[in-house]
Amino acid sequence: MIGEIISNRFGTDAGGSCRVIIQSPRLRGSWRSKALKAGLALLMLLTMGFIALPVASLLLKNPLDTVVQTLHDPMVVDALRLSLSTSAFTTVTVVLLGTPLAYINAKFRYPGKEIADSLIDLPVIMPPAVAGIALLMAFGRMGILGHYLDGLGISIAFTTLAVIVAQIFVSSPFYIRQARTSFEDVDISMENAARTLGASRIYTFFHVILPIAFNGLVSGAIMAFARSLGEFGATIMFAGNFQRRTQTMPLAIYTAMQGDLDVALCLALILVIISFLVIVIVKTLTRRMYENVRN
Amino acid sequence: MEITYGSHKLLKGESLFMIEKCKILLIFVLFAAISTAFGADPEELTVFCGAGLTGALSEIGEIYENSSNVSVKFNFDGVPALRAQIEQGAYADILVSANLKHMNALMSEGFIDNSTVKVFARNKVAIIVPNDNPANITGLKDLAVPGVKILMGTKDLPAGDYALMVLDKLAMDPEYGPGYKEAVLANVVSQETTVNRIVSKVAMGEADAGFAFNSDVSPQMVGKVTRILIPDRYNVEGDFPVGVLSQSKYPQEARAFIEVLMSEKGQAVLDRYGFIPVAEK
Repeated sequence: MIGEIISNRFGTDAGGSCRVIIQSPRLRGSWRSKALKAGLALLMLLTMGFIALPVASLLLKNPLDTVVQTLHDPMVVDALRLSLSTSAFTTVTVVLLGTPLAYINAKFRYPGKEIADSLIDLPVIMPPAVAGIALLMAFGRMGILGHYLDGLGISIAFTTLAVIVAQIFVSSPFYIRQARTSFEDVDISMENAARTLGASRIYTFFHVILPIAFNGLVSGAIMAFARSLGEFGATIMFAGNFQRRTQTMPLAIYTAMQGDLDVALCLALILVIISFLVIVIVKTLTRRMYENVRN
Repeated sequence: MEITYGSHKLLKGESLFMIEKCKILLIFVLFAAISTAFGADPEELTVFCGAGLTGALSEIGEIYENSSNVSVKFNFDGVPALRAQIEQGAYADILVSANLKHMNALMSEGFIDNSTVKVFARNKVAIIVPNDNPANITGLKDLAVPGVKILMGTKDLPAGDYALMVLDKLAMDPEYGPGYKEAVLANVVSQETTVNRIVSKVAMGEADAGFAFNSDVSPQMVGKVTRILIPDRYNVEGDFPVGVLSQSKYPQEARAFIEVLMSEKGQAVLDRYGFIPVAEK
């Protein structure tokens, strides 16, 4: 049968038999659905290969012993330490500042909420280079606010603080969005039950709402952490590039690309592994959260 | 034809006509897209060029385009980045570098047609400060004052490499000494990956001073940054080489481009931008 179809497709046996195939609905259906399935499978393989190949190449082009050796390179050590500490600090700040905001946006209506929501999401869509120049214009030495800070002897640009400012700017939406959805998903009847049993608003928040939304909040925080770890464009423009002070992992990769490729590859590999871990953790947490909600 | 919006309903014939028109338009757009994506483009030179040469080389590119029917496409970036791109297989016809180090490395790796390499200009290191000079830098000694914010290139960037050579020369002089070099390096707040980023951040007033080239106070930067000259006995005169890549599909055209660069017109442009022209030998 396949031979027949092929011969028909190539037009070597045009005419009668071809019409037979087209007229038979069962045959047509199975042929078409097989072709469709094969086509879709091919498309899927292509797409997945497109994503998997570069990631796999990082591993394949990177002999393990070189990676282990390069791990001790001061540039790698400094970048790793700086990236992890600034991202951790950023995450804590974002959680502390973002949680109340996310809760308010999830539970209350107020004038200008739409604008507030869009503003919060803006850094996700904003190109990093735009974020970098915007931060310079605001907090740079000649910036709108930075100008006054400079008068007080505080300067942000080219310091580790600038790295953190850039990270907070780009990563906060990732946490706030996720936290907001998590709060919205908390069944209002739970809250009402607690309140009718005499729990205060604050007690209800900490003992009812927060535990239910917890997994969602954690996965949001991890997303923000990951985004901070990957931040490049705004950092190189606003914080500059100096080992130990502002050279985070992505900046070190960019700099090392032009000198010591091994360092760049080693750091890239570390970032890939962290990204994988982030996805695994977030997926597990989200699944658990929905199981909790369902129960 | 009249175009109306809102309540006006299209007649049946009219709407069919519109659909037909849309189809034709769609096919036309698709065809245009495919032909730009796959079509053999007319002759075009791809020039990888150090970022600090952006202004001068763009002008010289125009001169070349006007004298031939070949167009020029530039890729401006830090020379180490361009070198890494070439080493990883990027296509280019010409490399314009800001020092011999990267050119020599690519030559020994076989990426450059060695017979085409020429020094087309020279350049000196300069210290640039914002026009309002917030740290009040008037001479080399002021760079060592604690708290001055200095920008430099990475050690692989020609601008950074030359700056380190100057600091080494200063360190040798008892008037400054090794302590001077250390003090200046301690004031460096960022190692930038292109010289343009040094100049623009200084121009914005974000840093007090930057190590760049004499040529970096380009016509666009006049009035934004001021140059502090480094005395010749401490300065280095860097050779700026150009060469055709071995993989070039248009070696003849590429050589012609280098000729324009070396010509009187080309050298005059470089001179105007503050490079030291090289006399044709």
